[in-house]
Amino acid sequence: MSDQPNAALQVTDGDGHHHHRCWSCGDMRAEHFCGECGHVQPAEPTDFFSFFGLPRRLQLDESALEREFYTLSRKLHPDVYSRASAREQAWSLEKTSQLNDAYRTLKDAISRTEYLLKIEGIQLDEQSKNATEKARASGVDKRQTVPAELLEESFELNMLLEEAKMGDIDDSLRTQLIATRAGLMARLKTMQDELHAAWKQWDGGDSEATALMVDVLNRRGYLRNLVRDIDEVLK
Amino acid sequence: MADDRVVGIDLGTTNSLVAYMGSGPSLAHPDASGKSVFILPGEDGSNLVPSVVAVDRDNHMLVGNAAREVLLNSPERAVYSVKRLMGRGVEDVREELKLFPFHLAEDLMPGEVLRIHLGERTYTPPEISAQILRQLKRNAERFFGAPVKQAVITVPAYFNDAQRQATKDAGRIAGLEVLRLVNEPTAASLAYGLDRKQNGTIAVYDFGGGTFDVSILKLKDGIFEVIATNGDTHLGGDDIDNLLIAVAVEDIAGDLGVDARQHPEIVQRLRNAVIEAKIALSSRETAEIELALPEGKVYQRKITREMFEQMVQPIVERTLGPCRQALKDADLTVEQVDEVVLVGGSTRIPLVRRKVEELFARKAHTELNPDEVVALGAAVQANILAGGSAETQDMLLLDVTPLSLGIEALGGVTAKIIHRNSTIPASATEHFTTGVEGQVSVAIHVLQGERELAKDCRSLARFDLKGIPPMPAGFPRIEVRFLIDANGILHVSAREQRSGKEAEIKVQPSYGLTDEQVENMILDSYDNAEQDLAERQLIEARNEAETILTALAKGRNNEAWEQLIPSEQVKVDELESNLRRAMEGTDYEDIRESIDELNEATMHLAELMMDAAVGGALRGKNMQTTDMGEGPESSHPIGKAEFS
Repeated sequence: MSDQPNAALQVTDGDGHHHHRCWSCGDMRAEHFCGECGHVQPAEPTDFFSFFGLPRRLQLDESALEREFYTLSRKLHPDVYSRASAREQAWSLEKTSQLNDAYRTLKDAISRTEYLLKIEGIQLDEQSKNATEKARASGVDKRQTVPAELLEESFELNMLLEEAKMGDIDDSLRTQLIATRAGLMARLKTMQDELHAAWKQWDGGDSEATALMVDVLNRRGYLRNLVRDIDEVLK
Repeated sequence: MADDRVVGIDLGTTNSLVAYMGSGPSLAHPDASGKSVFILPGEDGSNLVPSVVAVDRDNHMLVGNAAREVLLNSPERAVYSVKRLMGRGVEDVREELKLFPFHLAEDLMPGEVLRIHLGERTYTPPEISAQILRQLKRNAERFFGAPVKQAVITVPAYFNDAQRQATKDAGRIAGLEVLRLVNEPTAASLAYGLDRKQNGTIAVYDFGGGTFDVSILKLKDGIFEVIATNGDTHLGGDDIDNLLIAVAVEDIAGDLGVDARQHPEIVQRLRNAVIEAKIALSSRETAEIELALPEGKVYQRKITREMFEQMVQPIVERTLGPCRQALKDADLTVEQVDEVVLVGGSTRIPLVRRKVEELFARKAHTELNPDEVVALGAAVQANILAGGSAETQDMLLLDVTPLSLGIEALGGVTAKIIHRNSTIPASATEHFTTGVEGQVSVAIHVLQGERELAKDCRSLARFDLKGIPPMPAGFPRIEVRFLIDANGILHVSAREQRSGKEAEIKVQPSYGLTDEQVENMILDSYDNAEQDLAERQLIEARNEAETILTALAKGRNNEAWEQLIPSEQVKVDELESNLRRAMEGTDYEDIRESIDELNEATMHLAELMMDAAVGGALRGKNMQTTDMGEGPESSHPIGKAEFS
């Protein structure tokens, strides 16, 4: 957008934080709107936690987040600005897209965790969904790091899958696949508890917790791929 | 105020409608139901304008019922179901061409906007749609006696970017500023939500003439949040008609030895006959098709509802997959859906209702006319955009993008950057670099769809990021921002971060019109409109005059009339005959002047009537049912608030 906030309106306080003056009335503004005159303010690059005025914590009250999403939507949505000036319309569009992107990312436990790791500069392994999709589509063998605890199970499952792909799936094979799937789903469930434990550590100030989260997400990705493979042959 | 009226338009495959939501119906046009949202009828009093455009022998454009007459007698001079061609290329429509008598221009290239023969020249689908929109605009202007320049237009939820852009272009060509494109099922939910503000989860099943959509929404304190949507933009009542026609054509060939396919006008009459039978079978157990053929032969056939249902069942079944997928995407079970709403003419078919109620395990809502509910909802959204009213002030629509947005990555793979069912506006930022030393442009291919390979997705646009400063390979860092706006339309902007150079990218959608082309089409339509402008102004002025005279006649019967002093009464009488005299002439300015004078002179009468009506309301009388028929906001109930 060409409507950049005027540099002269930026004030740096003693802690080095930038504050902005409202473009409309010149008052110091809180965040999305001017505290004084209520006008929408220009969109700025911000991380999704900051957008909602939240600390980078993962244990999050999802219904409070939803309420805040609705409250901000009522104030920021382009519908509200359909008769406003062109630049306010542009800011409303930008800000609402930020709001929607932020809400979508934070409301889901997994995407929230992945996002936090990303903004903390931590790369997830090749297990990520996108990488998997790309590899599957292009037919290139994806680098697979099989979690140690799953080595044996995954070996057996792959045998079953090979068999299933070869020909008809008989009843016994089907039963085996369904049983394996149930086992994987149960594991996925316990991973949720592991993830929550890691969140708690992170929120308590333990930055080492990111390693735990990476590990859980990678194993989770691997398991989900196995489940998907089973679903595909059972379909 | 008058110039700011925003109307809601349902631009349908089979029929189109225009609706308005205001502070109550005007004195001159009190709506029978006393509702604040209502359909604006055409000159013939009909709410539905058939989406048919024709050119008569004198090269006049005809729209609606008049065009339908032409369609029957000379099918080659008429176009219907043009919505099926919006935003599509010649390679997309091969299947349609087998079933619909579209006469495409012969010299079309792949990737080019379609052109259709109609009369002596060819038209693009947005131009034909614009004819329908212009008719609706005229109907609204006739109703209000004032220009209408802004509209909300509905589109199938499952429309892609190109189809949406084509609809917006059609609006521009028709001289309408399209304030918003709203998804049809979502619009329907707004119309329903106006009556019953309840929190909960609803599913809207919208089976129309040419498209099918299903949307699942969460309603909370006036927020209409779409959770998931799915559909098929080429599945509708048309398909049922084509199936019945195919069966009949085979019958005719077998029994009577006539190849109906060789006679477009027979196929057209057959189409009408099967549509009639289809409609009849919604309320009756049997229907009869009878068709006169050449050489005195007659095709006759009785269809029972059972036979009909057996034939169309596969088509109806095709709508159920998208319903299940939408539920799955919304992460909901059937039990978690509180209400199901039926929209679109095809939901009148008993089999459709049964199947939907079976799937959702509950009775579906059909209280609002399935043909009108989408237009009414568009009018509600129009009211919201125009600043809202007491009824809509808490209402906000949060819709989603129906299809994932992706870019073609190495190896022809789709890399999804915005997933389907993301709330819009939505955005994504991607980084690109160069592969060769000194490379100054990068090609980007934008896709829409769910498939893994780029070739299986819909190609939205291909563009080059140009003007990259020459740098070693991999050194430039180009940030490209993709933004889907509240209409579901994509915008792209790019910035080379090392040089700070910003580039606005004009994304030319595949099968889309350029800005310049649209501009030319607008001019075209002005040229044609010029001829009947004066005539139209006269008609409008006369209509306005009728309006005020009707209102005055009512005023005379009101007790307020007796409260006027005799000189006031005489003045009104005098100006009334002035206006009647002016109406006999052809000078529209003369008529308008007389209207204004009469308006001025009846101001006092209006105020007295208003006082009486307000008093009546205070005494517990319903204002809508008094002779006033006017909301309290209106300052002058005799004439229309303003003329322009």
